[in-house]
Amino acid sequence: MISNLINRKLFTLLKVQYSNMLEYRVEIALWAISGIIPFFMLNIWTNNNLNEYINISDVMLSRYFLCAFFIRQFSVVWVVFSFEEDSLMGKVSPYLIQPLNPFFRYFAQHLAEQITRFPFALIIAFFFFIFNPESIWIPNLGILLLSIVSTFLSFLIQFLIQSIVACLCFWTEKASSIERLLFIPTLFLSGLLAPVVSFPAYVKSWIYLTPFPYLIDFPANLLSGNETNISGGLSMQILWIFLLFPLFKKIWSEGTKKYTAMGS
Amino acid sequence: MNLRKYLKVYKKFLHTSLASELEYKTNILVDLITAILSLIGSIFLLSIFFQNNGYIGGWEFEQALIIQGIYTILNGITNTWFNPNLTEIVKHIREGTLDFVLLKPIDSQFFISLKKINPSGILEIMLGYCLLCFCIRINQININLSFLTLSMITISCSICILYSLWFFISTTTIWFVKTWNATEVLRSFLYIGRFPLNSFSFSLRIFFSVFIPIAFITTIPSEVFLGLSQLWKILLEVIVAAVFLITSRKFWLFALKFYSSASS
Repeated sequence: MISNLINRKLFTLLKVQYSNMLEYRVEIALWAISGIIPFFMLNIWTNNNLNEYINISDVMLSRYFLCAFFIRQFSVVWVVFSFEEDSLMGKVSPYLIQPLNPFFRYFAQHLAEQITRFPFALIIAFFFFIFNPESIWIPNLGILLLSIVSTFLSFLIQFLIQSIVACLCFWTEKASSIERLLFIPTLFLSGLLAPVVSFPAYVKSWIYLTPFPYLIDFPANLLSGNETNISGGLSMQILWIFLLFPLFKKIWSEGTKKYTAMGS
Repeated sequence: MNLRKYLKVYKKFLHTSLASELEYKTNILVDLITAILSLIGSIFLLSIFFQNNGYIGGWEFEQALIIQGIYTILNGITNTWFNPNLTEIVKHIREGTLDFVLLKPIDSQFFISLKKINPSGILEIMLGYCLLCFCIRINQININLSFLTLSMITISCSICILYSLWFFISTTTIWFVKTWNATEVLRSFLYIGRFPLNSFSFSLRIFFSVFIPIAFITTIPSEVFLGLSQLWKILLEVIVAAVFLITSRKFWLFALKFYSSASS
């Protein structure tokens, strides 16, 4: 009964947000283009033969970076920025009265945006294959499903982390600068710019304990068919979600108690 | 006389925007940490590229650090002046407040480009400057008058090109209204300015020197630092900078003819 209600609400939200997002097609296309940094990195790697030292062939590396591009496309989160704007503008107050956690709204927004973004990402991948025809491959169905799951889990981890940061808006009003700070380790350690395999040993010794390699490196390796520990990666992703979710609930309930509307 | 008026106005701009930005003091501290971490991250990435290879595109690690230093300075300038001001254009046009700017007895481009300042970017400029000084020491560059003038000329040309690119993209808002993400695309392209141009494949090199002259922005000043640059390259950069500045000015005046305020 309760889950049914949430399902219906979530579905309606998703429908509304999807039609909303469709209005901003050009913007989303531009956003998809702005994610092409992995391709530039691929160019540096292969053009200087850097991948010889980490035993990944050109083709495997190009698949890796293409997958990294895809995973990034479907795990971009910007909830902090939306929430900060809404809370500064006082839009959060009406949301709080509704019998639904406002973060469901943002969650639906993100999912709708991903659906809108999908065709653009496909077009970019199509162009990538025109320039690199040798790297075309078809992952088998099981791997494909698993990597979709792990991409979604990666999205969930980032969504939870950002929601926790967003809740700091209740205290500081400007939480987006903290998010920009957290983005730096995400950028450099997640495997978006260089596969984690290539990292020096002193980083590799501790990086697998942090959530970062599970955001892009693990799903990208999984999808591209590079060597990776599937069950270990998935369980670490789930572990991080189980660690972050109670934290979010705690900070949310503390924050809403703290919340005072603008002008009060 | 005219110049004195503009100087006086600019002093007021500085005063007001600093006063409002300094209200968020912790924000500035967080931004400083972000800048430091981002520099560490990109040096880490460079060290991954160099860990098994002495040269990337003909550049040694110590030499590539100069590019990082110049990129950090330019990024700081972007964050101090270009980013806060030129994203404001989008807001002006969406809400129709550009009317008020146009009515003022002052040049609209001057007003729009310099109104705001973000003090945390200045810390980034200082950080880049320190890195450059360090690079001058480890590369044993001897400082003389011609080196100083040439590096000053090339870096100021880079700033002009960078400004024109930002301004150009922001101006297109007059037609497209929402170009938040166009600046994101520019930002991700600028990211490759962290690496020597020669490390990319031939086609990308052409793209980044003809269509979006990112090549000129960091590589040529770095070559001046190392005393490798030919005179024709420096002259070319001066010409490109001049062309960009003049075109962006003309483009702004042209675009204003199409401005029709909000909801009209």
